Amino acid sequence: MENAEYRTVMPDVELICVKTDKFKTGYFSVTLLRNLRKETASKTALLPYVLRRGCSKYPNMESISAALDELYGASIDPVVRALGEVQSIGFACGFADDRYLPDGETILEKVIGLVGEILLDPATRAGTFDSEYVISERKNLCDRIRSLINDKRSYSIARLKELMCDNEHYGVDRFGTLKTAERITKLALTRHYRSVIASSQIKLFYCGSADIDRVEAAVLAAFRTLPRSEREEDVATQIKIDCAETRFFTEELDVSQGKLAMGFRLGPIMYHPDYAAIAIFNAVFGGSVTSKLFVNVREKLSLCYYAGSGTDRRKGVMLVSSGIDFDKYQTALTEIITQLDACRNGEITEEELSSAKKYVITMLRSLLDSAGGLEDYWLGQSIDGLTYGPEEYAALAEDVTVEDITAIAQSVVLDSVYFLRGRIEGQVG
Amino acid sequence: MEYKSYEKVGETVYHAVLDNGLNIYIIQKKGYMKSFACFAANYGGCDLRFKLDDGFTDTPAGIAHFLEHKMFDMPDGNALTRLSENGASANAFTSDSTTAYFFESTDLFEENLKLLLNFVSTPYFTLESVEKEKGIIAQEIRMGEDSPGRAVYVNLLNALLSSHPARISIAGTVESIAGITASTLEECHHVFYNPSNMVLCAAGDFDPQRVMQIAREIVKAPPGGMPVRDYGGPESMLPVRKLIEVNMEVSRPLYMFGAKLQPEKNGQSLYRQILAAELALEAMMGTSSPLYNKLYSKGIINGNFDYGIIDFPEVLLAYVDGEGEEYRAVMDAVFSEAYRIGREGFDKSLFNRIKKASIGGFLRSLNSLENCCISIAEGCFAGYDPMEGLDLINGITSEEAACLVSGILTEDNTALSVVNPQAGAEE
Repeated sequence: MENAEYRTVMPDVELICVKTDKFKTGYFSVTLLRNLRKETASKTALLPYVLRRGCSKYPNMESISAALDELYGASIDPVVRALGEVQSIGFACGFADDRYLPDGETILEKVIGLVGEILLDPATRAGTFDSEYVISERKNLCDRIRSLINDKRSYSIARLKELMCDNEHYGVDRFGTLKTAERITKLALTRHYRSVIASSQIKLFYCGSADIDRVEAAVLAAFRTLPRSEREEDVATQIKIDCAETRFFTEELDVSQGKLAMGFRLGPIMYHPDYAAIAIFNAVFGGSVTSKLFVNVREKLSLCYYAGSGTDRRKGVMLVSSGIDFDKYQTALTEIITQLDACRNGEITEEELSSAKKYVITMLRSLLDSAGGLEDYWLGQSIDGLTYGPEEYAALAEDVTVEDITAIAQSVVLDSVYFLRGRIEGQVG
Repeated sequence: MEYKSYEKVGETVYHAVLDNGLNIYIIQKKGYMKSFACFAANYGGCDLRFKLDDGFTDTPAGIAHFLEHKMFDMPDGNALTRLSENGASANAFTSDSTTAYFFESTDLFEENLKLLLNFVSTPYFTLESVEKEKGIIAQEIRMGEDSPGRAVYVNLLNALLSSHPARISIAGTVESIAGITASTLEECHHVFYNPSNMVLCAAGDFDPQRVMQIAREIVKAPPGGMPVRDYGGPESMLPVRKLIEVNMEVSRPLYMFGAKLQPEKNGQSLYRQILAAELALEAMMGTSSPLYNKLYSKGIINGNFDYGIIDFPEVLLAYVDGEGEEYRAVMDAVFSEAYRIGREGFDKSLFNRIKKASIGGFLRSLNSLENCCISIAEGCFAGYDPMEGLDLINGITSEEAACLVSGILTEDNTALSVVNPQAGAEE
């Protein structure tokens, strides 16, 4: 069983290692944590993309790509995430495990070294980022923000979050807004970079066949020039417990299928959250194929192609999303609430409970078979200050009772409803 | 049961053929918590016209996908629910040429495997359930209609293909599925879901012999005939239309352009041809190529720029896709680079570097049990061994790769599909 080993390798820099022989490739990531704020989100999100354009040693993408080809097709990709109200930026790398390379070649140190170059020694002109890189990646960032509308399902969820959390940082997109993105200058970005690199908490994650001592040595060599100053701020997510009354929003676009998105607060249970119980509640209500939403809203009533729920334990919210015909809005809304009421009344069968547990437990165990899944899990644990592994989490899930689920369902309140429908004249449904 | 070791990539694959013709492949994955199994039929969205003995039968577009949805129904309830109750996460997909049912689980592998083999072998369709499914699939089709990525792809196929069934979406249309009945489903199940036309693939940390025993116990159907399929006859290498443009709710244009290639007949040569074409495209416009970097630094393409090969039965397509207004500039640059490569050949060191780089990607694909099993199943149907990919890539010369791209990506052969933003959507 693979568990994680932790080591603080520099001030505010934590290395998390999972040693395993079962993958044919290694995985390494570097993650910088910031508070997600409307004013800075775009600037922070732009950094990994500009850095990936060139460093002193490999001043353009072509030479970085060629270096990666020589490392047997290793990849170094920019990553931008929103984890609750924490924005994380950095790079994720995948590379062949040394065991499968010809002539006993080793590349772990070289890959981590290249990440260090890209992160810490950017291609600059007269002390600032290359303006060509800033201008072109700023354009790409704006395009990325605009293109959110291309996928109507995620667009409807993003709009719901924005409207529901209009006074909270949770509503901020991981890429920020078009308005802030368009205004970024190379000077402001360079200044922001220097502060982010020096004052952010950093998490390093490795999964592969090397042991932690070897990874630590590689990291210390690659990150030796990392500046470290006082931590500017602790990263945290504010949980809102109450909401006054449900708000309803409707928007129109030229679409043939309606998108219903509902935002719930998990409510007072978030004073002492039981994460395992929240996970099981979600699987019973709408998170799995045996859930009430899937079985009743989709299968029995044929109301929609998909209907599912997801919870964010960090923020204490649950989002439900469903694709429906325009004229099914009221029926779907009522049916979803009916299913939540069933949970509130404790109408949960033994089969529903045990299927939900098996679903959650299988998900947790399956994480152990994917380096990306392991990263996601351990990074989340580390940010939340938790130390238990997937197996222990699974054991906690096993103990959840119907009463635990009922208590959560009773605590849940509907905050906002968002409906994306077709324009009246172009209506198909 | 025979087995084959692939030392370079550290894999061992077991193989057996049952008396009724069912092919079984097992990949041992030491240390994995998860087990994966897929039971697949050589039957997909393109198999609309076929014959078993005499005379061709035409079936409605979307039938293979509809059948996939309905296979989970069993006389004693829904197989998906049964598998979920065991903690397995189960699903299915229908591609152009394959229907695959699969599950992964961390517990009760043998029981889940029995369930899988059993429900896929049991046709059970009622009038009521078939009618109800039409509502669910209609929603799925609607959802697809709102997807600009799907539209740009389907329109390219329509611009390129003259009579090939891949022009029609795998799920069919709301109209085409209206005509499906329980008896059409039964007939298609009978023709295509016979053991000789199927493969079972499993991967995980378990005893390969047990999988074979269980399959022998449950898949008792006799061997069936191999259906002959009609894909509309040979396609000319020229497109039907040069351009299809539509407007949708997108922030900026999405485009996809491409051309047809004549596929090799024999499975292994076809696989090598696909790998060679992919390698050639990578060397020509991959992230470390001069062309990619020129277009990227000019802001003409961004990180969503992509290219590849799609293999349909009896025809292959090479495509390039991306987003942005300057797709004509991208096309021109691609044509002139393909022409230049045809004349001057690939830069030798670049080409060898790209071959070296393919090792990492190939190893990465082997980490996923699902990916291993599904590529072996598809390889079995098409007559090649995907585990030999790295060796095949090794033997590809820069001359043949250069010849491939310059022959395919010409202005005459190419069609373009564009999804434009709605008029007046500009900010």
